[in-house]
Amino acid sequence: MNSRFFLLLLAAAGLVVAFAPFPVQSIAPQERTFRIEARQFAYSPSEFKVNPGDTVTIQLVSADVVHGLYVDGYNISVEADPGQTASLTFIADKPGSFRFRCNVTCGAMHPFMIGRLTVGTNSWLFRSIGLAVLGLIGFFPFSFHKERMLVEKR
Amino acid sequence: MSNRIEFTRSPFIKNALKSRYPQLAVFIVMLIGYIFAILAGLIGTPVGSRNFSIVFVWIAWWAILILVAVPFFGRGWCAVCPIPLPGEWLQRGAILRPERSGAKSKGRGLNLRWPKSLRNIWMQNISFLLLALFSSVLLTTPNITSIVLAAMLFAAIGLSMVFERRAFCRYLCPVGGFIGLYSQTAPIELRIKNKQVCVTCEGKPCYNGASTLGFPLRGLRDTPPFGKRGLLDSPLPRRTLGLRSANSGYGCPWDVFPGGLTKNTYCGLCMECIRTCPHDNIAINLRPFSADLAKPSTRIDEAFKAFIMLGSAMIYAGVLLGPWGALKDAAYNVGTSAWFTYAVVFLAIIFVILPGFFTLGILKTKSVLSLKQRFASLATALIPLGLMFWVAFSLSFVLTNATYIFASLSDPLGLGWNLFGTANAAWQPMLISVLAPAQTLALVGGLIWSARTAQKAASEIKTSSIPVIIFCFAATLVMLWLLL
Ligand code: SF4
Ligand code: SF4
Ligand code: SF4
Ligand SMILES: [Cu+2]
Repeated sequence: MNSRFFLLLLAAAGLVVAFAPFPVQSIAPQERTFRIEARQFAYSPSEFKVNPGDTVTIQLVSADVVHGLYVDGYNISVEADPGQTASLTFIADKPGSFRFRCNVTCGAMHPFMIGRLTVGTNSWLFRSIGLAVLGLIGFFPFSFHKERMLVEKR
Repeated sequence: MSNRIEFTRSPFIKNALKSRYPQLAVFIVMLIGYIFAILAGLIGTPVGSRNFSIVFVWIAWWAILILVAVPFFGRGWCAVCPIPLPGEWLQRGAILRPERSGAKSKGRGLNLRWPKSLRNIWMQNISFLLLALFSSVLLTTPNITSIVLAAMLFAAIGLSMVFERRAFCRYLCPVGGFIGLYSQTAPIELRIKNKQVCVTCEGKPCYNGASTLGFPLRGLRDTPPFGKRGLLDSPLPRRTLGLRSANSGYGCPWDVFPGGLTKNTYCGLCMECIRTCPHDNIAINLRPFSADLAKPSTRIDEAFKAFIMLGSAMIYAGVLLGPWGALKDAAYNVGTSAWFTYAVVFLAIIFVILPGFFTLGILKTKSVLSLKQRFASLATALIPLGLMFWVAFSLSFVLTNATYIFASLSDPLGLGWNLFGTANAAWQPMLISVLAPAQTLALVGGLIWSARTAQKAASEIKTSSIPVIIFCFAATLVMLWLLL
């Protein structure tokens, strides 16, 4: 096979894997409330899942010092004083997996106080795996082809 | 060597490197910054994200090192690193070159040879792992960071006083070990221009050092067109002829013979040989990425370095960036039983699990070489993979914490100063929307890069690359899962 054509095909496949819209089975949006307890330096529960479109309420309770909860990608946050419940409501309109993290300096491991919110499927992970597989598929025939050419040259 | 571009052909670059002053200027800035970081950690606030020592070392320096310096300049950091300087200056008895007295004079210290049995990077592997096991505390506690920085400085001074050259850099520095490993992937190299010139070179001053002579080639001093009514006897001052500084300098501080360089690992880019070589036979070249990896290593200490770095990146991604609080507690509470378990698992992943799967994979491959030799050679493929794992991990860590740099610039000690008006810059993750795509790009790119490297290494020793590629693929999947 013409190797340039093959590469082009591969690049096209890569673009499809990276950007083609994911089939989403739409589930009627719900209202969901999560009570998350924060302590140095963890949340519990530290992982939770919602469906795209859900109206999510996070009730943050701190067990020791002041903690925050900032959701990457959504750029929203809430702050809870010890013993008090603070709440944050938002519509989970961006699908994917997002880290949430403490945004109030609360002690040594503060920068690593992290949890995870997944909205729908973590499609970027699957796309990335797809790209890795494609990368290898493309790599094999192409590089062995190169090798052969080198051998022939010799 | 057609695919090389020689930087040192530019007279500007060459002169800037030949002169000691530009490098010295950078050295002084670095040394001041380093000492300031030590002091800041000791006297400043104990809150890590507000202290210069943590913010500048573990966010700013680390970002520059792993995202720019190592991938593009190899050992470029070592060229400006302040850690070995005080020891080296003491050892030499000079900060600049000894103008009159010659390279070997006035040095202090015992100048012993480094023991033969330790001439490998196992000490660096161990020193890195020691820091890695304490890293959660080290990364977050200013005075611990200070103590480690000071300890490196004093260890370097101590070793310079006992052993010759830069023993600390070559054999002990926890940072230098992985910089050296990954510098092989960089598109830059310091090499000789012409092998034949080295073969006939008298005295090999690049390795042995050379005192200040008026003219580089003793033997030619009396022959035309140089001596005996030649150029040297002309009334022009020698300086005008460009001969004065031609060959004064120290032998390679890294105990490397530049004439024999085939990989970047142990050349610290200190530029000394550029100054010392009387035949102008040293070049700095732009070259294809990972050119050194075409000839796979045969050393088991270097192979394990690759596993240590690969495993550490994966463990850090899980512990520091994952959502598992118990893991963070275990890593942080040094000395508790949870920490001991963590330490044992950490070491097991690096020394048993990863090398174990790798070995299982290559166990049955056909080859005339022993398993150990295959292991060492094929582990070369893990070098680009590990580097890109670190890049992907660091992107996340650095981008989310970069805003601390602004606050820390204005208030380095966390004492409420506001030097540049940025002390109250709010914490805000940067470039969050490009983070995941950039990480995917790094990891998938790293996978393909390592597959290519595996193939070259395998064809070099005439065996199959498939098991290694599968191993790299599996490791990449784990890393994707941890980070995305
Ligand atoms: S090996 Fe370590 S101490 Fe030496 S120059 Fe490199 S980073 Fe600095
Ligand atoms: S690099 Fe220069 S000094 Fe060293 S052996 Fe070659 S010609 Fe001689
Ligand atoms: S003197 Fe040694 S360490 Fe320094 S640049 Fe030359 S070969 Fe590299
Ligand atoms: Cu916090």
